[in-house]
Amino acid sequence: MKAHAIAPALLAALASPAAWPQAAHDALQPAGPQAAHIASLWWLAVAICAVVFVAILAALAWALWRAPRAQASTPPEISPPPAAERRHARGVAIALGVCIVLLVVILVGSISTDRALASLPLQDAVHIDLTGHQWWWEATYDDPQPDRIFHTANELHVPVGRPVIVTLHSDDVIHSFWVPSLDGKKDLIPGRTAQIEFRADRPGDYRGQCAEYCGLQHAFMALDVIAMPPGEYAAWAEAQRRPAADPADPQARRGRDLFLSGTCMMCHAILGTTASARSAPDLTHVASRARIAAGRLANTPENLAAWIHDPQAIKPGANMPANLLAPDDLHAVVAYLETLR
Amino acid sequence: MSAPRETLRDGDGPGSRAAETLAMTWRTPKGIVGWLSNIDHKSTGKRFIVTAFAFFLAAAFLAALMRTQLVVPDNHFVGPDLYNQLFTMHGTTMMFLFAVPMMQGMSLYFVPLMVGTRNTAFPRMSASAYWIYLVGGLTLYAGFLCNTGADAGWFAYVPLAGPQYGIGKRSDFWNVLVNFSEAMGLMVAVDLATVILKMRAPGMSLRRMPIFAWATLVTSIMIIFAMPTVMLGANLVQLDRMLGTHFFNPGAGGDVILWQHLFWFFGHPEVYFIFIPGLAFISSIIPTFARRPMFGHDAVVLSLISTGFLSFGLWVHHMFATNVPDVGKSFFTAMSLMIAIPTAVQIFCWIATLATGRIQWRPPLLYVLAFFFILVLGGLSGLLLGSVPIDLQVHDSYFVVAHLHYVLIGGAVFPLFGAFYYWFPKITGRMMDERIAKWTFWIMFIGFNVTFFPMHILGLHGMPRRIYTYAAQSGWGTLNLVATVGAFIMGWSVLLFVANVLAGLWRGKPAGENPWGAGTLEWSVPSPPPPYNFVRIPVVSSREPLWSREEGAPTHVSGLSAQTREGLVTTVIDALPDVRYGYPRPTIWPFFAALAVSLWLDWSIFSTQGFVWGLIPPAIAFIGWFWPREKATAEALALEKAP
Amino acid sequence: MSRRREATPASVPAVRRGDALDVANLPSYGFSHRSLMWWGTAGMMAIEGVAFGFMVVIYFYFRALDPGWPRGGTGGPDLFWGSLNAVLIVVSAIPNTVAEKAAMNRDLPKVRMGLVGLSLVSLGLCVVRWMEFTRLNVGFDESAYGSTVWTLLGLHTFNLVTDVADTLVLTVLMYKGPLEGKRFVDIAENSGYWDFIVLTWLPIYAVIYWAPKF
Repeated sequence: MKAHAIAPALLAALASPAAWPQAAHDALQPAGPQAAHIASLWWLAVAICAVVFVAILAALAWALWRAPRAQASTPPEISPPPAAERRHARGVAIALGVCIVLLVVILVGSISTDRALASLPLQDAVHIDLTGHQWWWEATYDDPQPDRIFHTANELHVPVGRPVIVTLHSDDVIHSFWVPSLDGKKDLIPGRTAQIEFRADRPGDYRGQCAEYCGLQHAFMALDVIAMPPGEYAAWAEAQRRPAADPADPQARRGRDLFLSGTCMMCHAILGTTASARSAPDLTHVASRARIAAGRLANTPENLAAWIHDPQAIKPGANMPANLLAPDDLHAVVAYLETLR
Repeated sequence: MSAPRETLRDGDGPGSRAAETLAMTWRTPKGIVGWLSNIDHKSTGKRFIVTAFAFFLAAAFLAALMRTQLVVPDNHFVGPDLYNQLFTMHGTTMMFLFAVPMMQGMSLYFVPLMVGTRNTAFPRMSASAYWIYLVGGLTLYAGFLCNTGADAGWFAYVPLAGPQYGIGKRSDFWNVLVNFSEAMGLMVAVDLATVILKMRAPGMSLRRMPIFAWATLVTSIMIIFAMPTVMLGANLVQLDRMLGTHFFNPGAGGDVILWQHLFWFFGHPEVYFIFIPGLAFISSIIPTFARRPMFGHDAVVLSLISTGFLSFGLWVHHMFATNVPDVGKSFFTAMSLMIAIPTAVQIFCWIATLATGRIQWRPPLLYVLAFFFILVLGGLSGLLLGSVPIDLQVHDSYFVVAHLHYVLIGGAVFPLFGAFYYWFPKITGRMMDERIAKWTFWIMFIGFNVTFFPMHILGLHGMPRRIYTYAAQSGWGTLNLVATVGAFIMGWSVLLFVANVLAGLWRGKPAGENPWGAGTLEWSVPSPPPPYNFVRIPVVSSREPLWSREEGAPTHVSGLSAQTREGLVTTVIDALPDVRYGYPRPTIWPFFAALAVSLWLDWSIFSTQGFVWGLIPPAIAFIGWFWPREKATAEALALEKAP
Repeated sequence: MSRRREATPASVPAVRRGDALDVANLPSYGFSHRSLMWWGTAGMMAIEGVAFGFMVVIYFYFRALDPGWPRGGTGGPDLFWGSLNAVLIVVSAIPNTVAEKAAMNRDLPKVRMGLVGLSLVSLGLCVVRWMEFTRLNVGFDESAYGSTVWTLLGLHTFNLVTDVADTLVLTVLMYKGPLEGKRFVDIAENSGYWDFIVLTWLPIYAVIYWAPKF
C-alpha cells in the first residue's frame, strides 16, 4: 500500500465500529466477586442516600408551603413561642439521630465490604507483575519455574474462576490500574510496590484504562483484561511462552532483518531473536493482540504501518519516535510483525 | 504621660460637627496615588470580589473550551497539551484565584460592618495581600498565555510535576502561584481573625456575634493551620526542581506519596474554606427572609466549629487508591462520614427556621434554596466516596468531577450568588432586577444539573478524569454531549447575571439602608457605607441589633477621636471596651511591599539567586511601611493614655 | 505602674453617659493580648509553627521509610556549632527579657540596653548558624536526609534572620525616634517573637543533632 493511502485507511479503521470488540467497562455490571461486593455496597448506600435526599427535600417543601408569606416590612418574630421551639428541637434531634444511624449503617457496610475484598481466596493464583510506563503497560507472568515466565504488554489474559494477583510498579510517574467490571482501582507508584487481587467469574473482554493523570497521553493508556475458560487460557499461555518462529516468507524475513538492524530493537524485545530491550512493549506475540498502542488502534496491518510510520500523529507525545522507512521496508517490517502470533 | 489635649471626639449623631469632622478625617484619598493608598476594608474587599469574579469568568471560559473538546468522541478542537493546561488552569484558578479570595473578600467587606467597627485590625496587611494576589494570578496567566501554563493538574502530583517529568517552567509557575495565593490567604486570615476577636462593638459577646462572623473566624483559623502545609510542600517541590534536593525522589530516600499527604492535609480543609462561608451566607439570608432569628443559633455555631476541626481529619480519603495501610483507611471513612453530621444539623435548623417563620420570597432566598437540592446531592455522593470500596471504583473518574462540582457549586457558588443579590444593595446603594434574577436562577439551576448529573454515570461507566478525548466505542459520547449542552446553558446564566449587575449599577432602584428588613449591623448604615462605617460605634444588647435591644441599655459609643482615625479594641469573650486603637492612615507602602514580594517570587521562578537577592526589596519596603512618621506620632501622643 | 494592671483587660471601664458608653478615658494602647499586634504575632507563630512541625514530621517519616538514614550513632552533623547555637540562643533570652520588662515599664534607657545586647547576641548567632551549615556533613542534594536537614535548618534560619533584622530596626528606632507609647508594645511583641525563635530552636536542634544518635 502506498504511503499516501495510509492516512485515509487509518481514518477508516478508526471510524469503523469493528475497530475493536465491544469491551465491558461498567462498575455496576460486575463480572467478578470484587466488583460484585462493591456493587452491593453501592446499591445499599445509594438507596440510603436516595431516601435521605427525598426526605430532606420533602421537609423543605413542607416548611416552605406551610409558612405564611411576608414582606421586608413584616415585623420579625424576635421571641418565638418556647413550646413550639422545643417541639422543633425534638424534631431536629430525631432527624439527626436517624441520620447518625444511617451513617453507621453505611460505615458498617463499608468496613464489611473492605473485609470481603481482603478475603478473596488466593490459592492457585495467576501472578502478574505489572509495570506502568508513560503510556503503556508492561506485564510479566510470573512462575516458580523461571523458564515458564513470559512477557507481554497492554493486554492481559486471565483464566475464569482463578484468582489473579497483580503486583504493581511504576517506571516513571503515578498510574492507576482500573478495570471497573472486575475490581476497584489501585495506584502504581514509583518507589513503592502495591498489589491488587481479583477474579473473573465470566469469560469476556473487560476494558481498563489508566486512572491517574500521567501526562500527555493519559487518555490513551488502556488495558484489556480478557477472561478465558481455563483450557483456552492454558493454551494461550503456552503460546506466549514460545519464542518467535523464524518467518518463512521472504518479505517477512527481510522485515525481521530490518527490525534487528534498525532502531526497533533498541526498545522492543522479541523472544527468540537478539532483541531483548524492555523500554517498550514486548513484541514476541504482538499479532495475537486485539489492539495496539495501548488500546488506541485496532491491530490491523494498516494501523501497524501507520503507527510505525508516525506514532506522533496518532498519539502525540508518545515516547516512540517516527520511523522513516521506505514504503517497501515498512511493509516488510509489518509483514514480519504479522507473523508474531 | 500628659493628659490628652482637647480633641473633638465622636458621640454626636449624623449632621453634628463631630460627624462632619469624622467624615473629613476618614475621607477616601483621591487620585491614582490615593487609589493605591486606600486601606479601607471596603475598598480592599471590593477589589478582592471583583478580581475573584474576573478569575471565575476566566476559569469558566476555560471550562467551556474543555466541554467543547469533549462534546463528541475523538474530537480535535484542542490537542492533549493544551487540554492538559486547560483543566489544570481551570482547577487552579477556581480553587486558588476565585473561591478562597472571593470568600475572604466578602468577609473583608462585611465583617467589620457586622461586628460594629470602622476597619479591620491590620488594614494595610489585607490591602497588601490584594496586590500580591493580583500579581500572582497575572503571573500564572502570563505563563499560560506563553504556552507555559501549569499542566500537572490542580493538585500537581509528583513525579509528574517534579524535576524529571515536569519539563519546562510550567510547574514552577504553579508552585510559585501557591506561594502568592497562600501568602495572601494567610495575611487576610490573620487580619479577619483579629478583628473578630478583638474589635467587636461593645455588648457583642461571642454568643451575640452573627453566624457570618463565626464562620469567618472558623475559616480564618483553619486557614492559619492548613495553608502553611501546601506552601511548605510546593516549596519542597521547587527545591527538588531548582536545587536538586530529593524530597520526592524514591531513589534517594524520598517519597512520592509525601506530596499527596502535604497537599491534601491542606486540600481537604481548603474545600471547607470555600464551603463554610457558603454556609454562612445561608445562615445570614434565611433568618432575614424567614423574619425570625436562626432556629438553633448555638447549634449552628457549634456545627461550624466542629466542621472546622473535623475537616483536618479527612485528608487520606483522597488517597484511598494508594498503598497507605488499609487499617488507617477505615478511620478516614469514619471521619468522612462523621463530618456530615454538623452539616445535617445546620440543614435541619434552616428547615426549622423556615417552617416557623414567615417567608419573604425574594431572589437571595431562591439561590439559597438551590443548596438543599444541589449540595445535599453532592454531600451524599461524598458519603459514597468516603467509603473505601466504593471510592476504589469511582476515584479519579467523572463521578468525582460530578461530586466536586455539586458540593462546590451547590455549597458555595449558589449561596454566593444569593449573597450577591442580598448584599449588592448595601455595597452599591442600588437593587438588582428581580425578574432577571429569577430567570438567571432557573437557567443556572437547570444548566448545572444537565451538565453535571450525567457525569456520575460516566464515572460508573469507566470514564477517567483528565482525558482529552475518548473513543466512540466507549459509549461515553451521548452523556458527554448532554453535559456540554448543559455547560453552555450555565454559561448563558452567568452572562445574564453579569448583565444584571451592570444594569443594577447603571439604573437599579435606590436601595436605602435596609431593603430586606434584616437584623444585623451592616444594615444600619447608609448604602453604600461611608468610609468610617458608623458615625457612632454601636453598642449592642441582642443577636439581631436592628430587631431588638434591651430596654435601658446604652446604644452607642462616644469619646473616640473624630480628628484622627480611632477605633475600639474590646475583650475577646464579652466585648467590653478595653483600649482605644489608632488606625493607620492611607499609605502606599502596602502596595510597594506587595510589588517587592511579587518581584521576589516571580524572580525565583527563573533563578535560585533571585530567591536570595530578591529578598532585599521586600526588606526595604517593610521598613518603609512600619517606620513611624513624625506627624502620626505627634497625633498619637496628643491622644495617648498609658494602660 | 503594676504589670497586673497593664495585662488586665477592661481595667479602665467605659463611662456611661446617657445612651452612650464614653471611652475617652480608656488607654490608647495595651500590652500582651490587649494589643492587636500580639494577636497578629500569635497568628504568625501559629503559621510558622505548623511549617516547622511538618518539617520535623517529614524528618521522621523519611527516617521510617529510608534504610540509609543516619541513625543509631552513625552519621549526623558535628555537635559543636549546633550546641553552641543552643547555648547562645538561651543566653539571648537575658537581654531579650531585659528589653521586654523594660518595655512594659516604658523604661527607655533599659529598653535600649536590652535591644543592643540582643542585637549583638543575635548577630553572633547568625555567624554560628553559618558555621552550622558548613558542618552538617551532608549535601542538600545528596539524599532525602541531606535535603531534609538543610531545609529544617534553613526554615529556622529564615525566621532567625528576619527577627534579627526586625530587632536591628527597632534598636535604631529606639535611638532615632519618633517614639510613642505604642512603640513599647512593638518591643514587647518583638521579644515575644524572639522567645518563639528560641523555643523552636530547641526541638529542631534536638532533631538535627541528636536524632541520628538514636
